[in-house]
Amino acid sequence: MKTQRRNFLKIAAMAVLGWGVRPASELLAAGGGTASEGLLFASRHKVHVGPNALTASRWAMVIDTAKLNEKVMEDIVHTCHSIHNVPTIPGNQNIKWIWETHMDHLFLEDLHEYQPEAGAKSALALCNHCDNPPCVRVCPTKATFQREDGIVMMDFHRCIGCRYCMAGCPYGSRSFNFMDPRKHLETTNPDFPTRTKGVVEKCEFCAERLAEGKMPACVEVSEGALAFGDLGDPESEVRKLLAERFSIRRSPTLGTKPCVYYLV
Amino acid sequence: MLEKAINGSKVYWGWIAFLLLLMSIGAACYWQQLSHGLTITGMSRDVTWGFYIAQFTFLVGVAASAVMLVIPKYLHNYHKFGKILILGEFNAVAMVILCLLFIVADLGSPQRLMNVLIHPTPNSVLFWDMVVLNGYLLINILVGWVTLESERKQVAPPKWIKFFIYLSIPWAVSIHTVTAFLYCGLPGRGYWLTAVLAARFLASAFAAGPAFLILVTYIAKIFTGFDPGKGVLSTLGKTVVYAMCVNLFLLLCEVFTVFYSQIPSHMAHLQYLFVGYHGHGVLVPWMWSAMIMAVVGILILIVPKNREQDNLLIIGCLLIFIGAWIDKGLGMIGGGFVPNPLHEITEYVPSQLELGVSLGIYATGFLVLTILYKVAIGVKQEIE
Repeated sequence: MKTQRRNFLKIAAMAVLGWGVRPASELLAAGGGTASEGLLFASRHKVHVGPNALTASRWAMVIDTAKLNEKVMEDIVHTCHSIHNVPTIPGNQNIKWIWETHMDHLFLEDLHEYQPEAGAKSALALCNHCDNPPCVRVCPTKATFQREDGIVMMDFHRCIGCRYCMAGCPYGSRSFNFMDPRKHLETTNPDFPTRTKGVVEKCEFCAERLAEGKMPACVEVSEGALAFGDLGDPESEVRKLLAERFSIRRSPTLGTKPCVYYLV
Repeated sequence: MLEKAINGSKVYWGWIAFLLLLMSIGAACYWQQLSHGLTITGMSRDVTWGFYIAQFTFLVGVAASAVMLVIPKYLHNYHKFGKILILGEFNAVAMVILCLLFIVADLGSPQRLMNVLIHPTPNSVLFWDMVVLNGYLLINILVGWVTLESERKQVAPPKWIKFFIYLSIPWAVSIHTVTAFLYCGLPGRGYWLTAVLAARFLASAFAAGPAFLILVTYIAKIFTGFDPGKGVLSTLGKTVVYAMCVNLFLLLCEVFTVFYSQIPSHMAHLQYLFVGYHGHGVLVPWMWSAMIMAVVGILILIVPKNREQDNLLIIGCLLIFIGAWIDKGLGMIGGGFVPNPLHEITEYVPSQLELGVSLGIYATGFLVLTILYKVAIGVKQEIE
């Protein structure tokens, strides 16, 4: 009799626990009802698409370092920064979404002293839109989040400016508005929001252009050096390039799974 | 009991006025920061956390040190610590308030602070840090106030408070562990990416925290005649010196692992801090001063006879406290950001306004500490 009652209580407790936890865990991790985000844990946001929007299961970029030259890179940086209202701030409190840097800064572990010229060769650095992004993991407000198509985005209105994401990012891809950025803008693109002081920002793979059916601005002006497409589509340009040519990624051993590939 | 805080000598009111003056200087500096942004600090795109976050990190340790009195008293029935226990608990209250103020001062958009509660995100360690710090604050206010009130009425404290006293032990460990987890779980930051970080944080906390308590108790003794009891401070000095030995041991473990493995991204930060890196080394003299202070402090306090002498105990505690402060309050955070993930070097030195804000925050913490200690010592002297 006694054991029967104990068993009954055990089963009942398990049942209550299971029944209570399962729907809750779904709510916590995924949709969260009408909200487009998980209630507690950072999760992947649904992408809202218009009629002309470019969509993918996993966006990725392939940079052909051989096709990059000074002019192309300058065009890319200038175009990106001007359409996204990225200010030009002198000094080390500056803001960069995409920028030129030496190969030996990009690929710390791959270069050696017998290639001084190759090491000093310039290439582009930008947000890697990691599949396993540390910045999203550490953000205390979900102000930075990952969409279902892999793009790591920022909510400039939610960011509290704690800069934890900047400590978390192993690529130095994030910038903080130490001051009012609008004072450092010569011209403003009215189609893209300007930011306030006290928030973090970074490249968003031109999510706003993809929604209108346009390719990222850097890809458009890259004269073929940058390719952009769906990793989930075997017929996409990026998949073909990655299949044919040898590519490397920045610090892949950190487990972040970067989605910007460099052809070397 | 709070009425004790408004009855004081001229020295007491002079000290309060001095702290209020420092607080207004801090407020003026913070006003600059609010209007112009964090650009008024020495921080940069590469070194995104500086003096504020470093002070927060260090002070979490000082706050956690109350547990070094609670454990002997409640788990080992070492009742001699009973008399200064309240000082440990009220110290924890003041230090956690300091920590919270430093975090808020570091925010780029403090007006959105409540987003951490509105959008709770348990996958962020910062969320848990908020939980444990506020919890520790509440526990110590509750325990300190209830036990002091019973003491004043000369009755035994209510039984239920025991639960919170025991809870405060793991909770104290948790605040510094979670604070270490803020840093040691980040890929690509070699200086922090070590499992020994939380243990090291705790060890240096249990050295610096009790050292601070000893020094403050001496100050209270001078100004109020408060007697902690014979042998209490020298016993606490033993905790200080053993904890500092453990801290240095853990640092050496780290140095061995990093330099025997020869992994460049891990070596770079220690090289930057102790010998300079590619010609940059603004923290090198500080780090060596910290090491020398720690070693001399240990050599003084490891000798039992020295701990019995007030002067040597004070000097030893001062050296260990300052040594730990430099290590954590200057080197730990700045050192983790230099060089940056692209192996570029941007050095960090706090700006004057940044130090002004910090001064104001410290003054606020000391104001809370002074008032709480005034109450606690007033009650103790009333019942004697």
